[in-house]
Amino acid sequence: MFKYVLKRIGLMLVVFFIIISICFVLVKLLPNTEATQFGKDRAIIEQRRAQLGYDKPLIVQYGIFIQKTLLGFNWGVSEELYRGQDVWQIFVSKLPPTMLVNTYTMLIAVPIGLLLGIYSALKKNKWQDHVISTGVMIFISVPSYVYAFLVQYLLCFKLTGWVGKEVFPLQMQAGTDYFSWGMFVSLIPAILSLGFGTIAGLARYTRAELCEVLTQEYMLLARTKGLTRGQATVRHALRNSMVPIFPMIMGEFIGIIGGSLIIEQIFGIPGVGPLYINSITARDYNFFMLLSAFYTIIGLASGLLVDLSYGFVDPRIRMGEK
Amino acid sequence: MDYQNIPKEKFVFADPNRRTGDKKFDTKPVSYAKDVWTRFCKNKSSVVAACIIVFLLLFSILVPIIASTTYSEALTDTTYLQYAKLTPKNNLLAPLGIWDGCQKTTLNKATYDYWQAITEETGFTIMPKIYKAGYSQGGPASRSTYYDVKIDTYIKNGMTYLTLTEAQFKDIQAWQNETGIQVIYPAVNIKKIKNEMYKSDANIWYENDMKGAPIMQNGKYQDIYLNSGNEDGYDSLRIDGDDGSLRYARIGGTSDNKSYIVRVFKYTYFQYRYGFEPSFLFGTNAKGQDLLTRLAAGARFSLVLAVCISAINLFIGAIIGSIEGYYGGAIDIIIERIIDILGGVPSMVVMALFQLHLASKVGPVWSMAFAFILTGWIGMSARTRMQFYRFKRQEYVLAARTLGASDRRLMFKHIFPNAMGTLITGSVLSIPGVIFSESSLTYLGIVNLESSTQTSVGTLLSNGNGMLASFPHIIFFPALFISLLEISFNLFGNGLRDAFNPSLKGIED
Repeated sequence: MFKYVLKRIGLMLVVFFIIISICFVLVKLLPNTEATQFGKDRAIIEQRRAQLGYDKPLIVQYGIFIQKTLLGFNWGVSEELYRGQDVWQIFVSKLPPTMLVNTYTMLIAVPIGLLLGIYSALKKNKWQDHVISTGVMIFISVPSYVYAFLVQYLLCFKLTGWVGKEVFPLQMQAGTDYFSWGMFVSLIPAILSLGFGTIAGLARYTRAELCEVLTQEYMLLARTKGLTRGQATVRHALRNSMVPIFPMIMGEFIGIIGGSLIIEQIFGIPGVGPLYINSITARDYNFFMLLSAFYTIIGLASGLLVDLSYGFVDPRIRMGEK
Repeated sequence: MDYQNIPKEKFVFADPNRRTGDKKFDTKPVSYAKDVWTRFCKNKSSVVAACIIVFLLLFSILVPIIASTTYSEALTDTTYLQYAKLTPKNNLLAPLGIWDGCQKTTLNKATYDYWQAITEETGFTIMPKIYKAGYSQGGPASRSTYYDVKIDTYIKNGMTYLTLTEAQFKDIQAWQNETGIQVIYPAVNIKKIKNEMYKSDANIWYENDMKGAPIMQNGKYQDIYLNSGNEDGYDSLRIDGDDGSLRYARIGGTSDNKSYIVRVFKYTYFQYRYGFEPSFLFGTNAKGQDLLTRLAAGARFSLVLAVCISAINLFIGAIIGSIEGYYGGAIDIIIERIIDILGGVPSMVVMALFQLHLASKVGPVWSMAFAFILTGWIGMSARTRMQFYRFKRQEYVLAARTLGASDRRLMFKHIFPNAMGTLITGSVLSIPGVIFSESSLTYLGIVNLESSTQTSVGTLLSNGNGMLASFPHIIFFPALFISLLEISFNLFGNGLRDAFNPSLKGIED
């Protein structure tokens, strides 16, 4: 198992390295414009180009890039968005809001999703199941930004009109007191918009898995040997159905760091998502490289974690076995 | 008994009329396609979803043909900005008080008087309903009074100043004479407007104080129309109470190139200009474009893009997956590693890089399509590969090979048809995914598709986002469209998946 994990991590790093190299080449292929943000003086521009190694051949530039970023962990300074500031530090300062919103969402959505899934599996083909399944179908299909509009309209505008004072602010509260009550309240619209999709996805998956497990023969055996329905469900069915569900939740937890671009944009959360979009529109090269690397590694890591957690949840599964 | 020597007479002829052999089926054989069809039809929700998809398709195809007006065709018209943010109005339902282009709002006394003046001047009812009139808010200390009213956004649009050439001025007059509809209203003596801020406001035609509030006498607005100065050559409809002394235009420009500054009522000016009364089923957006035709154009674009991309992905994925699955070994390993790398790049990064690279050369649409295709075929190839591994060792394939079938024939004639069901389902289910990504990308502004002739649902959504509180209709219709589309495509795809899966046959009965 340990060897397998090492092998997978090694492979992941190789893939990551190749993707970053491709990104580097593609960005370097862009039309070469002169950076005039730090002064239009010819001498300054030339000096900066020499300093950053932009006057050297591409392969040497690549070497410099790898040496600086992956080995030295220096991602350079921002060219456009935060002129002259260290990219890494800006990025780290943007992480907490993103993680905060997504952690809250997961903490709320995972239990609700699981409970709904379990309930509808136990009530299979009764009206409760039909209601939940219909709701799940709708919430899975409708794009998250549509909920975001609905939530914004109902909670932020209409509710204010009905109650007479502002209950939920339109945008996230400013400042860095992330664990205050006011901050939590200001995040509720974003949490709701993100949560619906997660709840629905998890409920559907749990229902499907649990339905399958409940018809297995060992369930019948458990009942015949005298367990009540509740005992049999909790001790045997739930545990077994968790085998594929738990990895999915683990994957989502890694995804927390990545966050949701669109929801962050709509609710004005000063997180990583808007930073990435701004770096694309403003052509801030260093931010773009750092965030691309970040999103790539998040994606790869969550895939890896999903695979590995199968083995942790169910010791019978040996990943990578011949 | 001696079975070896049975006498001949013991044998009897079988009844020649009795049929022997297998019984012929009374029923017709059910082909695979027919079976899929009947099982699909049994799934009610999928059928409903299919109907909705057809309806949305028809919407996007027919609306540009049916609902196209002289207004929606004048794509680069600058008068558009005059008709921005009109709320949805349906001429049939308007008399019932629903879908009538009105908004419920609360006005203070000054604003109430300001809007009421338009009705006073033109005779068009601006507030069809007053829910609660003249109440005070915030205790006895507060002196301002408020009105809860329903206000017609089409009339509220009010007046505007236009600078016309002599020909244009004459043309409007001729149209007025012909139809009897007043477009040009008398010019205002600007010197009598005390507040500098209101001098350019065409809605002010009455005597007012420093705050712009009307000075009334006996509850009536006192007009400040211009009745002296240059002769304007106006010879057309005059408003009630005009004895012919009022001026209808202020004259500017040089003596041989005169320009006429006139005050026109936007509602009737629209009729003059486009030949029908303004009434937009879905309202207009912040740029004054008709949302109905705009949404249809966006919908058509999104659907065509999604269907094309799914089809291309299906094609590429099927070929690569077939090669991978059929030959296996080294080819399989190499392609799988390439897929690992391609699949590892987050879609947002791919899209951003393509936009940075190709958008300036081939345009944003093509670069977006390339980016979708670059990683989109992976799912399809995985499905095909799976099917090939399942079937390539089966006896019938061996038999075909023994009979001399070539590799290509084996792949596409014998093995590939097995994968058709899952592939079709997969590509149908990938359509909502593409539409979702496309609308997210255009919404976020990473891909910019907005132009006077082209739009997408995501762009419409992002345009409406800022006006969610005051004009929710701008975002409501695109959001409704995309939600319906996503739900119905998912339901349709699920139904198709179940119908194509022979192992589920008879399970519902």
